Amino acid sequence: MSDVTTSITLQSAPSSQWRDIWDQFKTHRGALFGAIFFLFIMGAVFLGPFVWTIDPQYIDILSRDQGMSLAHPMGTDQLGRDTLARILVGGQTTVAVGITAMLLSLVLGTLVGVLAGFVKWMDGPLMRLTDLFLALPILPLLLVIILLFRDPLRAAFGPETGIFILIVFVIGITSWMQAARIVRGDVLTIKEREFVLAAKSIGTPSSRIILRHILPNVLSPIMVSATIGIANAIITESALSFLGLGFPSDFPTWGRLLFDATDYLQSFPERVLWPGVAISFTVLSVNYLGDGLRDALDPRIRGR
Amino acid sequence: MADHQPENEPLVEVRDLKVYFPVLAGVLRRKVGEVKAVDKVSLDIMQGETLGLVGESGCGKTTAGRAILRLNDITDGTVKIKGKYIHKSSLKEIRKIRPTMQMIFQDPQESLNPRMTVSAIISEPLTEHQNLSKKEREERVFDLMDSVGLNRDFATRYPHEFSGGQRQRIGIARALALNPELIVCDEPIAALDVSIQAQVVNLLEDLQEERNLTYLFISHDLGMVRHIATRVAVMYLGQIVEIGKSESLYSSPLHPYTEALLSAVPEADPEIERTRKAIVLSGDVPSPANPPEGCNFCNRCPKAFDICHKVEPTLTEIEPGRFVSCHLYNG
Repeated sequence: MSDVTTSITLQSAPSSQWRDIWDQFKTHRGALFGAIFFLFIMGAVFLGPFVWTIDPQYIDILSRDQGMSLAHPMGTDQLGRDTLARILVGGQTTVAVGITAMLLSLVLGTLVGVLAGFVKWMDGPLMRLTDLFLALPILPLLLVIILLFRDPLRAAFGPETGIFILIVFVIGITSWMQAARIVRGDVLTIKEREFVLAAKSIGTPSSRIILRHILPNVLSPIMVSATIGIANAIITESALSFLGLGFPSDFPTWGRLLFDATDYLQSFPERVLWPGVAISFTVLSVNYLGDGLRDALDPRIRGR
Repeated sequence: MADHQPENEPLVEVRDLKVYFPVLAGVLRRKVGEVKAVDKVSLDIMQGETLGLVGESGCGKTTAGRAILRLNDITDGTVKIKGKYIHKSSLKEIRKIRPTMQMIFQDPQESLNPRMTVSAIISEPLTEHQNLSKKEREERVFDLMDSVGLNRDFATRYPHEFSGGQRQRIGIARALALNPELIVCDEPIAALDVSIQAQVVNLLEDLQEERNLTYLFISHDLGMVRHIATRVAVMYLGQIVEIGKSESLYSSPLHPYTEALLSAVPEADPEIERTRKAIVLSGDVPSPANPPEGCNFCNRCPKAFDICHKVEPTLTEIEPGRFVSCHLYNG
């Protein structure tokens, strides 16, 4: 009997569950590639500028509009600035905006969705609020928000951090509605299931029913919205930069680079390509990553 | 009061329990009527006995069981458990007495969270109500798994990896975790294979003997109820029509509905089975939103007479411990 117990304590060590998750994650080839590629992009973007030391703001008017060469692997723009350096530095902002805005919209969306689904009297008001946000014309709203808050935020946090906070906030509060609707729907079905009743019969208070029973079971749609959310945030940030509402024009982001390059689309098409490829591959790798994570976190799929 | 209970006082005392669900209609979702899921149910459950609650589907047995545990809102009536009225207690007070009353659910697949391991499921009541160290909790979970016949190796597995019978054992272990006195078994065997049904019922009986448990056994399987129950209550359309000791109720059913219900049970002996005459009731069960006037059963009762359509019968004691709600026996 004693040796049986020891073997079990070994098995039930807390690390085993994470091991299972990792084992399942590994079997999802796309997710593995996605994870590796995402790590590569993160490494390149955050460590790359230390290796590729050309200043992205350095204007070298003599070597403008160059194609690919050893000195400038991705060429230069109309002011002679090195595109590779700009892509690397711009990626920092873009990835940071994408992830924080996604997190913000996810937290908001999940909160609203869980409250609306679980607390009956909040369902109506919260869902009407969601409808209201969905019905708002986004562009005028963005204009107004940025007009109102840009200068105070800049004064308080400095021009770059201020605009970063503003953009993350703006993207966050205009993109949580889809997640909220999906989460609400799932919460409505899950809270009627018998294991929630079982938890009630045990005497588990509502807060812990939500944390222990409901949230883990709505994880899949949340993960899916998260991966879509990153893509959405990156694209919205590009659009804002294009409208001149985003980061200052000398401050590169992928969206900024993309829209700067559109003017030269006919003469230098590769200039659109670089930020475009960077955006699409990042989004794609995040999508695969989320897909694999979702499967790995579901014990029913795990081990199949 | 709770601890010094007189010998003859029942563990559970339910009086005139009513659970009505509102029927909403129209654009304004106004209440236009109510479904009387449970209507004036009174019953006692003695310490250590098994009360079988039978009836066809939709007659309110599950709702009654859940209302007794306060998992449904009670419209009216009183529920006393261990000498304590709980029908009006706040959620906080209810939480304190949850350990004495637990429930085993019908569908073991549905009643276990697919994202939790077996040990997490069984230890949930322990983390909610007892301050145990991790080690003690683990030990307790293993004890519980032993007592319901689950291999200890299964502790880190997930519910979908088990068969129906094993899942129900997990549900039983969870219900036992807090050493409850009353367990409401809500059709615990309905979703299982016949061979597994016997195993689970035997397990329930063994546990009852070991731990002096009291069961409210809700089922539509009359044969199984006869086997496990000390007393049986028969429900029809939200009301109890007959209640009595298991043997006497099965050997001589008094209420026409009980009679019809029992006549539908097949006999194992082919000799008797050949001569068995099932009483086939005509018509359908009326809607609980609109029960007939007088006796609920009057429009289907083969023995109904004038008064049945006008006056509602009351549950009266015909013999000691035997209650029937029928005009045939009231006068």
